[in-house]
Amino acid sequence: MAKTILIVDDDPDYLAQMQMQLEAAGYRVVPADGLAAAKKALENQKPDLALVDLMLEEADGGFALCYHIKKIDQAIPVLLVTAVASETGLDFDAATDEERSWVKADGLLAKPVRFEQLQREIKRLLKE
Amino acid sequence: MADTLRILVVDDELGMRLGIARALRDFAISLPDVNGEVRFAVEQADSAETALDMIAEARPDILLLDYKLPNMSGLEVLDRVGAGGTADGTTGEMLTIMVTAYASLETAVSAVKRGAYDFLAKPFTPDELRSTVRKAAGRLVLAKQARKFAQEKRQVRFEFISVLAHELKAPLGAVEGYLNIVKDRSAGDDHAVYERIIDRSLIRISGMRKMIADLLDLTRIESGQKQRELTSVDIIDAAHAVLSNNTAEAAMQNITLALEATAPISFNADRSEIEIILNNLVSNAIKYNRDGGRVYVRIRNDGQKGDLVISVDDTGIGMSPQETARLFSDFVRIRNEKTKNILGSGLGLSIVRKLATLYGGDISVSSQPDAGSTFTVVLKQS
Repeated sequence: MAKTILIVDDDPDYLAQMQMQLEAAGYRVVPADGLAAAKKALENQKPDLALVDLMLEEADGGFALCYHIKKIDQAIPVLLVTAVASETGLDFDAATDEERSWVKADGLLAKPVRFEQLQREIKRLLKE
Repeated sequence: MADTLRILVVDDELGMRLGIARALRDFAISLPDVNGEVRFAVEQADSAETALDMIAEARPDILLLDYKLPNMSGLEVLDRVGAGGTADGTTGEMLTIMVTAYASLETAVSAVKRGAYDFLAKPFTPDELRSTVRKAAGRLVLAKQARKFAQEKRQVRFEFISVLAHELKAPLGAVEGYLNIVKDRSAGDDHAVYERIIDRSLIRISGMRKMIADLLDLTRIESGQKQRELTSVDIIDAAHAVLSNNTAEAAMQNITLALEATAPISFNADRSEIEIILNNLVSNAIKYNRDGGRVYVRIRNDGQKGDLVISVDDTGIGMSPQETARLFSDFVRIRNEKTKNILGSGLGLSIVRKLATLYGGDISVSSQPDAGSTFTVVLKQS
């Protein structure tokens, strides 16, 4: 059965692009355009993986959502996607165990993300 | 704002230094354009060498410089320290007043040529001293204010450009993302998906084009470079033209457009400006309306001089008081669940407001969430 990926991003075009490509790659996609929509989607289903933009409309929305997902099930892998590095020059990563525990995410990708790279990360986290 | 200006008195005569210090000790001036008083802190140097050291350490605001010093003339001191700013002295940090016992016109001219701001002839009364200092202080304080305003203006400009860069990068990023999907064929083989990609790309590009057009309007208005042609404009005719340009857009959402005007109205204005105002208001009223809603344009003359009042009603999503308060600033778009799929540059209402102020008028709004908004523009007849 196709694995379900929750994508959370406040940019409707980015959301559409990820959905198109992930569906073509054989995943079931649940799009959400913000923290509220994501929480609502999580009430009805448990995704196999979540792809979360760090900067949502709500301040710290991405972090809040990571925390929320990990509280539902620690085993759901969360991939954070962020433009924070290119927009603010902030040094930020989730490459080590310590950083991952701190950001409550299993990986971090900098926007713009190349789709093959994203797919590799997803496969690694889904152990495909 | 209470300001203290530092004055350095350079004179080898102790009596002169003390006399100047005493005359300025309790001296305070108030300037018409500045809140609060300006006072003075007087420091002293008994030789050119000491003065140069003190100036090198911290430049005073005003230098009261004796022309005839033991080892070095006042002019030499002036050469060494420089005028400290541009030729007109307004951006300098230090104004020099040359104090001279040889009150010849030549001395004064040569001092001013080398950068002195003014001169004072010995012997002088305390009142003459204070009047010369008052003049210099006035200039310094106003120059300081001018620099502050210029700085604030640069800051506003910088913020505008930062937001603009972000607003232009967003659609570029979206279109680039779609093009990469097409290039890599990474959305599979379904034709419909690629149709959607093209549609979305075109929408984002036209949004960007609209933003650039708005931006050009805005800069032309702000720089005052727009060629304005004031003639007697048939306002009703202009309104009909604007409504017919918006009919197609309205029809897509089954929105009815209506114009209410009592009689022919002519108003002394630039027709293109009137059309920009009307077009922004009408297209907003359509965009932020509900399906099957109405847009009502009312135009009337008001007051003895015949001011023009344009109001545009819609039956749309409306706004909260918090939202309306932010509405007229550059790039402000009200973002919420109801507006997330509506594209806009965030500049339309800034443009309308700036145009209205060209006519000594303004724009106002009253709004009710989920019921609709009424935008009213008043233009004064010149």
